[in-house]
Amino acid sequence: MSLIEIKNLHATVDGKAILKGVDLTINAGEVHAIMGPNGAGKSTLSYVLAGREGYEITEGSVTFDGQDLLSMEIEERAAAGLFLAFQYPVEIPGVSNTTFLKEALNAIRKTRGETPLDAMQFLKLIRAKAKDLSMNDEMIKRAVNVGFSGGEKKRNEALQMAVLQPKLAILDETDSGLDIDALKIVAEGVNRLRGPERGMLVITHYQRLLDYIVPDVVHVLANGRIVKSGGKELALELEAKGYAEFGVTEAA
Amino acid sequence: MAATEQTIEQVKNLAEGKYKYGFFTDIESETAPKGLSEDIVRFISAKKGEPEWLLEWRLKAYRHWLTMDEPDWAKLHYPPIDYQDSYYYSAPKTTAGPKSLDEVDPELLKTYEKLGIPLKEQAILAGVEGAGDSPSIAVDAVFDSVSVATTFKKKLEEKGIVFCSISEAVKTHPDLVRQYLGTVVPYSDNYFATLNCAVFTDGSFVYIPKGVRCPMELSTYFRINAKNTGQFERTLIIADEGSYVSYLEGCTAPQRDENQLHAAVVELVALDDATIKYSTVQNWYPGDENGKGGIYNFVTKRAACRGRNSKVSWTQVETGSAITWKYPSCILQGDNSVGEFYSVAITNNMQQADTGTKMIHIGKNTRSTIISKGISAGRAQNTYRGLVRILPKAQNARNFTQCDSLLIGDKCGAHTVPYIESRNRTARVEHEATTAKISEDQLFYCRQRGLKEEDAVGLIVNGFCKEVLKELPMEFAVEAQKLVAISLEGSVG
Repeated sequence: MSLIEIKNLHATVDGKAILKGVDLTINAGEVHAIMGPNGAGKSTLSYVLAGREGYEITEGSVTFDGQDLLSMEIEERAAAGLFLAFQYPVEIPGVSNTTFLKEALNAIRKTRGETPLDAMQFLKLIRAKAKDLSMNDEMIKRAVNVGFSGGEKKRNEALQMAVLQPKLAILDETDSGLDIDALKIVAEGVNRLRGPERGMLVITHYQRLLDYIVPDVVHVLANGRIVKSGGKELALELEAKGYAEFGVTEAA
Repeated sequence: MAATEQTIEQVKNLAEGKYKYGFFTDIESETAPKGLSEDIVRFISAKKGEPEWLLEWRLKAYRHWLTMDEPDWAKLHYPPIDYQDSYYYSAPKTTAGPKSLDEVDPELLKTYEKLGIPLKEQAILAGVEGAGDSPSIAVDAVFDSVSVATTFKKKLEEKGIVFCSISEAVKTHPDLVRQYLGTVVPYSDNYFATLNCAVFTDGSFVYIPKGVRCPMELSTYFRINAKNTGQFERTLIIADEGSYVSYLEGCTAPQRDENQLHAAVVELVALDDATIKYSTVQNWYPGDENGKGGIYNFVTKRAACRGRNSKVSWTQVETGSAITWKYPSCILQGDNSVGEFYSVAITNNMQQADTGTKMIHIGKNTRSTIISKGISAGRAQNTYRGLVRILPKAQNARNFTQCDSLLIGDKCGAHTVPYIESRNRTARVEHEATTAKISEDQLFYCRQRGLKEEDAVGLIVNGFCKEVLKELPMEFAVEAQKLVAISLEGSVG
C-alpha cells in the first residue's frame, strides 16, 4: 500500500499559484528525491504537506497512511508519523533539546494512546540516538538550536527524526549550509533510518546530497509540477545538463 | 519527600483547567461592619487583643492615611476605589487562634487540600516516618483575615526558629515585633502601605536566630474567600546574624465579579552574614476575559540588608490579579551586601501589571542583580519599573539589570521604565533590555514535532522565563511552570 499519495495538488500563496497539479506516490520503504530550480515550489510542497498556515489548497488530495492528510492539524500530522526536517531549524531560547524532544515525543505518544516515557527512559533513548550522530551530552542539554552552527542544526534535525521515528520523513534542503563532513554525518543518520516501514522525501537543489542518500526515485519539479521522474541516474543527468535541458528556466 | 510529591500531585490535578482556584468555601464568618473609620481600626485591634502601642501605631497610620492621595504615576488604569465599600475584617468563626490542626474547621482544611497545600502535618509526618528525614515545607495558612494553621511549629522551635502568625507573635514575642515592625516600611511610606498599617489583620512572622540555617522551606498560603473583603496581610521576617531562610508565599482567591482589594506589606531584615530568599507565586483571581472582576494587588515589599555580607533574594512569579502594583526592593546598607530580584510577570486578557524593583546601594561593595521577564498577551499591559540608586558612600557598587519582554499577539503592550541614579564614580551599572514576539516559525516548528499550539506557547514562554524559574525552590518550580502555561491559555489561535 502506498504510504503517501498526492493527487493533482494545487496550492496558492497570497493568491499566487505555486503548486499546479503535483502527482506523487511514495511507498513504504522507498526514498524519493525531488530536485528542481529555485522557485519551482519545492519548499511549498513540504510546507503544504506539513500543514503550515498561509497556503491555500485549491485543488487535489493527499492520502497519508490511509488518512486524509489535508484535513488534519499540524500536530495531528506529526502524530500520524509525518516529519519535516527544516531547511532553517528554528531557535527556542531557554528550552533544552532534551526537554523539547521529550515533550514532543510524549505528546505524540499520548495522541497514539501510548504511555509517555519517564525522564530516565527518555534520557537513555536520546543519549543512544545522539551518540549515533556524534553529538555529546552537552549538545543535547543546550537550548534548541541556539548558538548551533549550520551543521549542528542539521544534525539536531536528524536527532529529532531518530527519536520520533516517523513513517515519512521530508528533508527540506538538508544539504544547504553543510560542509562535506557534516553532510556525511547527517546522511549517515538519515540512512540509518531507512527501512521497509519508512518512506523518505528528499528535497534538494543539488545532486551532491544524493551521493550520500541514494534515492530509489528522482523527480524533477518545475513550475509547480513534476515534469520528469526516473531512477537515481536522473540526478546525475540533471547535474550534467542543468535544468534548462528539461525546458525549465530558473525563476527569479 | 512525601510532602513534596503530594504537593506536586495535587497541583497537577489542579493545573488542568483555567482558574481552578475560583471556588468559594461556605463557612461561617465573623465580619466587621463595612467601611473604614477609627472605630474599625479599634475593632480590629480589639479583636486581636493587641497591646496599646500597636493600636496607637495603627491609629497614627490611619490618621496619616487620611491626608494622603492615591498614587497615580503607575501605568495602570482602573476606576476609583471606594474604600468605604469594603469589609476590613472577616474571620472564619470557629477559629479563635487554633492551637492544633484538630481545632481547625474541617471545611477549611478541605479548602487548603483543594489548593494543594500539604497542611495536614500528620499525613506528611507519616510519609517521612522511617526515612528519618526532616519534612521539606512548613506552612502558615491565612484565610481572609486570620491565620488558621501553622505546621511543624514544634520542629522549628527546637532550633529556636519562630514561625507563626503575626497576631500570635505580637503576644508571644512582643519585643521582637516592636523592635522591627515598621522599620523597613514605615507607617508613612506610601498610600497602600499606610492603609495596611492601619488595618492589617494577619500575616506571617519569622525569626531565625543567630547562626541557624532553617532546615525547611517556610511557606505561607494566602486565601481571600469572603465577598467584598480586603486582605491586608503583613509579614515580617528577621534573619539574625549568620542565619539562612527560604520563604515562599502563594495566593489564590475565589472567582467574583467585583474587584477585591489586596494591600499587603512585607518587611525583611537581614543582619550580618544572613541570607533571606523570598519567593512568591501570585495567582490571585485575574478577572475574566473582558476585565470583569479580579484582585487589585497593591503590595509593598522591602528588605533591609542591614548587616555586612547580608543577602536578600526576591523571586516572584506574578500571573494573577487584575491590577498588580508591586516593587520588591532591597536597601543595601551593610557593606558587601547583595540584593537580587528575579521576576516573571504574565498578563493576559485585560490584566495590567506595573512591577519591578528598587535597589538602593548605601554600603561599600554592594551588589545587585535584576532579571525581569514580562510576558504580555491578549489586551494586557505589562510595565517594568525599576530604580537603581547608588549613594555617595557606596564605593564599588555594582548593578546588572536585564529586562526582557515577550509579546503574544498584537493588542498587548510591554513597557520598560528604568531609573538609574549614580552618585558615586566607582559604581558600575549595566542595563540590558530586549523585546521579542513568539514567532509563527517557532509555533510551526513545535507543532510539526507534535506539540499542541497551547503547549508550544507554554514551552516557549517557560524557556523565556527559565533564568527566573530556576531560582524558585524545587518543589514550586513545577507548580510555577504549569501556572505559566495555564495563565496564557487562549492567548493564541
